Order: sequence, then structure tokens, then C-alpha cells
Amino acid sequence: MKALRDVFGDTLVSLGSTNPNVVVLDADLANSTKADKFAKMYPGRFLQMGIAEQNFVGVAVGLASLGYVPWLSTFTVFFTHRALDPIRMLVAQTHANVKIGAAYAGLLTGLTGKTHHDVQDIAIMRAMPDMTVVAPADAIEGEVIIRWATEYEGPVYVRLARDASPNVFDEQYRFVPGKTISLKEGSDVLLISTGPQSVRCLQAAELLHGQGISAGVLHVPSIKPVNKEEIVSAAEKAKVVVTVEEHTIYGGLGGLVAEILSEASPRRVIRFGIEDRWGESAPNEYLLDLFQLSPARLGERVKQVVQDTK
Amino acid sequence: MTDYQELEALARKGRWLAISTVAGSGAGHVGGPFSAMDIMVALYFRVMKIRPEEPKWPERDRFILSKGHSSIGQYAVMALRGFLPIEELKTFDKGGSRLQGHPDVTRLPGLETSTGSLGQGLSVGLGIALGARMRGQKLHTFVMIGDGELQEGMIWEALHVAPRYKLGNLTAILDWNGLQQFGWVLAVNEQHRGDRRDPWSGIDLRGVFEKLGWRCLEINGHDFLQIIPALESAKASGDSDQPTMIIAHTIKGKGVHFTEGKHEWHSKVATKEELKIVAEELGIVEAGV
Repeated sequence: MKALRDVFGDTLVSLGSTNPNVVVLDADLANSTKADKFAKMYPGRFLQMGIAEQNFVGVAVGLASLGYVPWLSTFTVFFTHRALDPIRMLVAQTHANVKIGAAYAGLLTGLTGKTHHDVQDIAIMRAMPDMTVVAPADAIEGEVIIRWATEYEGPVYVRLARDASPNVFDEQYRFVPGKTISLKEGSDVLLISTGPQSVRCLQAAELLHGQGISAGVLHVPSIKPVNKEEIVSAAEKAKVVVTVEEHTIYGGLGGLVAEILSEASPRRVIRFGIEDRWGESAPNEYLLDLFQLSPARLGERVKQVVQDTK
Repeated sequence: MTDYQELEALARKGRWLAISTVAGSGAGHVGGPFSAMDIMVALYFRVMKIRPEEPKWPERDRFILSKGHSSIGQYAVMALRGFLPIEELKTFDKGGSRLQGHPDVTRLPGLETSTGSLGQGLSVGLGIALGARMRGQKLHTFVMIGDGELQEGMIWEALHVAPRYKLGNLTAILDWNGLQQFGWVLAVNEQHRGDRRDPWSGIDLRGVFEKLGWRCLEINGHDFLQIIPALESAKASGDSDQPTMIIAHTIKGKGVHFTEGKHEWHSKVATKEELKIVAEELGIVEAGV
């Protein structure tokens, strides 16, 4: 169990030793995002761009045109809300080989509050042609995805939570774009989730197991592309489908699943997530309870869904 | 003919190709391409190290037209220089064309990035210059920005960062034509639109750029006797520790009497009658209009 920001910093250091084209651009948050680990090891390839996120996206595009593999590092919200236009025109529209290391994604941002919460980023980024959108659940998947993104030729948006989740994967884990992963089979309800929320879904499923409810968990690390057939097939085996995300229920994972199922296999999809409101500054546990995303609160809600479905 | 007369003739041809192409397509910009034309001719025909037959030649100098709505001006110059057939200009803005309304790097070899949403090109140029420095590649990056787009905050981010990295291999060219699409009101509570005066007038932009760390050269952007030495000086200082800003005073719509200084020609389609006058004034004999 390791914080995803440490995974980010450590993996970049490792990549820096094998790939001389890897450069890291920081918008003055390196000691938060842990890009400072790379700065320490490879000062010549660590490019401080100051508190100016639009420019640093453009600079990465210029570097990529010369064959560098630039990793951009700042908080998620400053990518998808402040620097969206350069990401759209310069990165996505040109299929530039730029990697977006979106740190502090979601609600759990270390007491920063709603100004720094980004719970719209999946909706925004998955609407963008040419962009690959991925959200790892734990430290192992995080490292594998960061390595994969570095090798892949084209823009990748990596949604990285700040903190640690208990590991659900082992060293055999391999990332395949689009592929979904069943973390647990279950017969009463299927929870579909992404990022570290998948781990909390698994924990909720374990709590429910003790109460006689069999909940399956399907993890979707690759929001875009996504293997639609796998979503359909999993949903068709389930009595009821619930999407769960540390993100708005509008246009994110819940939207994705509802879009797929409404066309291919219409059925009820219940979306759990943030319901059109802002967050606040508070400890992780408080926020997860507030938005009913903690294993305990989520378990209660899912139990109600199962009871209502019977 | 002296050397610069040849460039002047090319610039007249470029203006003709731009305005007649826009007329053929039924939409496009004229004023901006005309104000930028002489500088782009100088870059493509005299200053930049490029290979039209090998547009991705790694050692080439780079040019980014950040004010992407002047694309037809760049396409015209690239066509004259041999990057694309002049005939292809007829496809401008048409479905499936390599010549999109705004420059699209995924379609036309010879472009360095896509521009159109304003204020973004200088950042890409900064990235190229920085990467070239890190690798010791001897190439120069030129970015043309407009005075209108200079209102975009992202440009100022780049203006701040480039001198920090001491990028002598980066040159920005400000096409200061003093007119933008709709313009500003003169003052608070004024009900009319104002006189469309230069929004930067009275502001010491040169002083601002210099204080930020740019080496500034100030020229008449329509006089090759000033354009060529400035661009060559910028390029010659590629190993220096300061990026160069060439402040080019230009006239929007320069080259034809009825388009010069007229905001209406920001984006306008010339009539057949107007094209005849244009051809005459630009000395285009084989125009067939």
C-alpha cells in the first residue's frame, strides 16, 4: 500500500533511468505531486514552468514534437478546468505524445476543499477525441499504467488519486487499454467503478457478504477506450447494475455505462457519485461518508438497492 | 531587380493568392494575412533553413503562426515556396482539404502545430526551443503572434517563462496591426463601440517585453530592408541567452488601397470587381479576372 502520488514520483524516476526522452514539467507543485523525486534525480530533465498551466501544456507539445516524452504534473483541476483549451487544441487535436499526470483527482485532496476538488474531469476528458483516459485503483496498477502511458504514442490522461488504497492487484497485473477487470463475482448486484473507488466497492462488497448479499465488483481502469462488450456481458449477468464513482454522476463512469447499456442492452442503471453539488474541506473519511462513497455508507445504499430490487 | 524587389513581388503574389482564394472559398480572412505577408515571405524565402521537399527534416527551422486565422497567408507563402501545389489553394476551407480554416498539423506537412484558438503558439515554440537547447540542436524557432491575441493570458505565461530558460533560439514576431475583429469601447458607460483604435496604443510594449527579459527589435513590418536584418539578427543570436521579440509595426490589410487599415477586411470576401482592382494594384497580369 503506497500513496498514488509516491507511485507517480517513483515510477517517473525509474522511467527516467531507462528512457532519456522522459522529461517532467511541473507547475510549482512538485513537492505535493511527488514529481520532486524526479527533479532530485534528473534535474536537467525536470522543467519548472511556474504557476502557469496553459503555457506548460503548450511547452510539452513543443517538446513532444522533438521526440521527448513529456509528463505534465499538476493538480487535476488545473488541467481540466484551467488548461482545457490547450489540452483540446494543442494536445488532443494534434495527437501529441504528451502525458497528463493528473494528481489529486477527485475529492480526497488533502483538506483543500471544493476549489481543488475535480469531480468533472472524467466527463470532460472522455468527451475529447484522441484522448486516452485511465484511472488506476491501487499502487500496482498505478505504476503499470504510468509505464504503459509512457510507451504509448499519443496523449494519455492519467487520473491519480493523492493517497493510498489497499492493493487489490499483484505483480502479475497487466494493463490492456479498454479491458475491464472483475474484482469479485456476485449474484445480487454488480457494482461498476473506477480508480480507488473500485477498492472501496470491493470493501463494501465484503461487508455485504457478511449480511448475506452477494455483490460483484467490476473495475474499469480504462474509461477511454473501453470494451463495451465486457460491460454489456457483465451487466447482463447481474440482477441490478450500480455505478459508483468519486466523480459527478453526470457524464462520468455512470454516464458511460448508461450510454453503453441503453443502446446495447437496456436496463436500469443506478448511479452513485456526487449529485450536482460542491464538496468542502474535510478529512477523507468525512467526505467519503458525506457523499456516501465510504465502504460502510456505500454498503448501506447497495443493500437498500438489493432489497428494493427483490 | 534587387533581392528585395524579388521578395516584394512574391509578397504581392502571396496577397493575391490569399484574397483570391478567400473569394473562391466564400469565407476567410484578408486583413491579418496581408499584415503578416511580408514577414512570412522573408522567413520562408530568405531566413529559415527549410526543405520544402522534406518538410519534416529534423534540422529545419520552425515557424508557428499563432494567429492561426491568418492561415491563408501562410498557405499562400508555403505554396509559392513549394510545400504544396498552388492549385491546391482552391481547396481551402473545403471538406477534406489539407488547408483547413485554421492550420492543422495533422493534415498539412510543413506545419509545426495546430493554431486557431488564440494565444497558444508561443508556448509550443518555447517547448521546441527548449528541447532543441537541451539536445544541442542548432535550429531556430519563430512564432508570429498578433497584437489582438496578445490579450490572451497564455501568451504572457510564455513571455514570462522563455527568458527564464535563456532561449536565444526563440524569436517571437509581433504583428502589431492595431486592429481586431470588433474592437473596444472607449470608456466606461460609452454606448457606442468606439473608434477601434489600437488597443495597445499608449502602452510601452517594448518596455514591458524588455523588462520581462526579451531582446527587442522594432521594425516596419512591410519594409524588407528592415525585416530581413531583424530576422537575421534574431537568428544569429540563437546561442545567446535572450529570446528575441521583433515588434513589427504593420498595417492590417496592407497592399491594396481599400483593404488597408479597414477593420471590415478582417474577414471578408472580395467581389469580382474588387478582385480586378486588387489584381491591378498588385500587378497580377495573369489573374484572369
